[in-house]
Amino acid sequence: MIDALTANQAAALAAKLARIEVAAVYPITPQTTISEKLADMVASGGMDARFMLMESEHSAMSALIGASYVGARTFTATSSHGLALMHEVLMWASGVRRPIVMPVAARTIGGPWNIWGEHMDVITERDVGWMQFYCENNQEVLDTILMAYRVAEDPSVMLPAMVVVDGFILTHTVDAVDVPEQGLVDDYLPPFRPDPVLNLDDPRRFGLVMPDWWTEFRYRIATDMEGAKERIREADREFGRIFGRRYGGLVEHYRTEDADAVLVVAGSAAGTAKEVADRLRDEGLMVGVARLRVFRPFPSEEIAELSSKRVVGVFDRSYTFGDGGAMYNEVRSALHGSDNIVKNYVGGLGGRDVTAAHMEWVFRNMLDIADKGLDRRVEWVGLRDGSGRW
Amino acid sequence: MDERTPRFTIPHEELMYPGHSACPGCGEPIAMRFLLKALGPRTVMNVPAGCCAVIPGVWPRFSLKVPLIDHAFECTGATSSGIRAALDVKGMDDVTVVGWAGDGGTVDIGLQSLSGAVDRGTDFLYVMYDNEAYMNTGSQCSGSTPCGAWTTTTPGGKAIARRTGKKRILEMLVENGIVYGATVNIAFPEDLIERVRTARSIRGPKFLHVFSPCPSGWRMDPSKTIEVASLATRTGMFPLYEYRDGQYRFTKEIKNRKPVEEYLRLQGRFRHLSPEQIAEVQELIDQGLEDLRARVEAGRK
Repeated sequence: MIDALTANQAAALAAKLARIEVAAVYPITPQTTISEKLADMVASGGMDARFMLMESEHSAMSALIGASYVGARTFTATSSHGLALMHEVLMWASGVRRPIVMPVAARTIGGPWNIWGEHMDVITERDVGWMQFYCENNQEVLDTILMAYRVAEDPSVMLPAMVVVDGFILTHTVDAVDVPEQGLVDDYLPPFRPDPVLNLDDPRRFGLVMPDWWTEFRYRIATDMEGAKERIREADREFGRIFGRRYGGLVEHYRTEDADAVLVVAGSAAGTAKEVADRLRDEGLMVGVARLRVFRPFPSEEIAELSSKRVVGVFDRSYTFGDGGAMYNEVRSALHGSDNIVKNYVGGLGGRDVTAAHMEWVFRNMLDIADKGLDRRVEWVGLRDGSGRW
Repeated sequence: MDERTPRFTIPHEELMYPGHSACPGCGEPIAMRFLLKALGPRTVMNVPAGCCAVIPGVWPRFSLKVPLIDHAFECTGATSSGIRAALDVKGMDDVTVVGWAGDGGTVDIGLQSLSGAVDRGTDFLYVMYDNEAYMNTGSQCSGSTPCGAWTTTTPGGKAIARRTGKKRILEMLVENGIVYGATVNIAFPEDLIERVRTARSIRGPKFLHVFSPCPSGWRMDPSKTIEVASLATRTGMFPLYEYRDGQYRFTKEIKNRKPVEEYLRLQGRFRHLSPEQIAEVQELIDQGLEDLRARVEAGRK
């Protein structure tokens, strides 16, 4: 059924379709309407789940870790400071292998205060053992939450996943969303049956690990995260088979095959990039877009396929103070050894729009440096620096 | 059968086995053992950072016969809520959820999460084993360290202020909305077991405050754990009382209360106290008992 939904409404519907059993929520802009929609659906009897109001995001995640041990499929959503407050227990969730799925309404982190969108909050949590899916539109938010459960709960993975939803740009914007039928979702996503699970007849503890085994526990997470790449590709293929929509696995290649310059970009800005790329193609300019759908595990194989391109640009909606954007550095690392030019474009920070004009400038700059060579490693797109450049 | 057997009121069933890694003379495993005897096997425990994370054993060894879920320091209440919710979803609503945390993990860093769990009305039993400082990290002062006590962060002794120096956690939680609360002491195991059973019989958030000496942190002889614990109650330093149905009640009336000095002098952490300071501590205890008696009397009216 096609419905007009915000990404937050779509996320809440995805939780319902996934038949989550325990939800624990705490409000934060721009995530809050996910929690509100869940509350509505549970209160109206349309959804059969335990819905808990927590007194912080840290507690929300802690409650889900406990519930997941008992074998419940769990859900929460957060953003920004809430995600940062969770940091400690995000690591706990992955460390004890709880496959919690959580949409994150991506937003900057203060101070000073700014409630608007960028990827700083999620980028800051790239190393906590959670898979990270970045969505381009509202449909993909709904679909990715279903895929994320399937991958996270796979016995060979058993790691949590965050589904990144660009704050306000997606969370609060209405778009047409095809809401799948429950029966199809049930075919796609089997019930959560973890093994081992809390069992009073076989009491266990997963508590305190000393140096004699710690390395092995960490190694298992590392290899299972690596293995998740294939599970994600499979989940995408199977999704296409059942629902007729696919997203390209970890990276969506858009007109990259014969391109000279390819822009790597994650989230909603990819839509703008594709639109502009189409227009420039009409002019005969050979540009393409590699949309980074998954940042953890990092799709190094898919990115390495870009090694033949003259220029690879990386658009970061965040900045790791000290040395360029995180996505830029990882893409550059995956391309190590090839002789292409890799350049970082930083923009769309703290709610500033990434416009078609910005994207066009980026593509033309990439083609420009293809001839002239790299002008600067990091370009802050749309910066009000008085240079008249923007 | 031994003819004396029927006189024992403590269950024979063991759900905590030897081989745990507590220090000699530690009060905590005694408390945990009695608690589990009282609750029986339909129990799930969860513990934060603290001695309680170490004592049940290092992976893959495990000394309890009930499942134990470990979590971060400040989230015992929240994790309990999550476990409870999932058990209810799975139709295991007869299982008792026990959040078990130390005094620092409760009155300081875990207070918000515990308050949230009480506010949510989570059906669980929260047990605070009180060894009166951050003992797992080596005796740092907590909000439950008594006045005058030496810790590594109060080398001159915790400042002697009005009140006892310990946050009145049970009273705070009564105002927060617990349905049952009690103080218990490992030196009085039959009383402890009775309080645990009472708590288990009531639905909703329950709280037990367990007095649990730490010989290494209190600088005392590990063979004197029970004697010291017993004196804590018999001097009025740690009175035993409960809260239920809007009323406070003494669960152990102390006749011929002993001077606090008898309790203090067995512990190196109070060795620096002058006779004047000991008199001040005595005053604080007298005042604390008077306050408590007033609460008990108010309930009777």
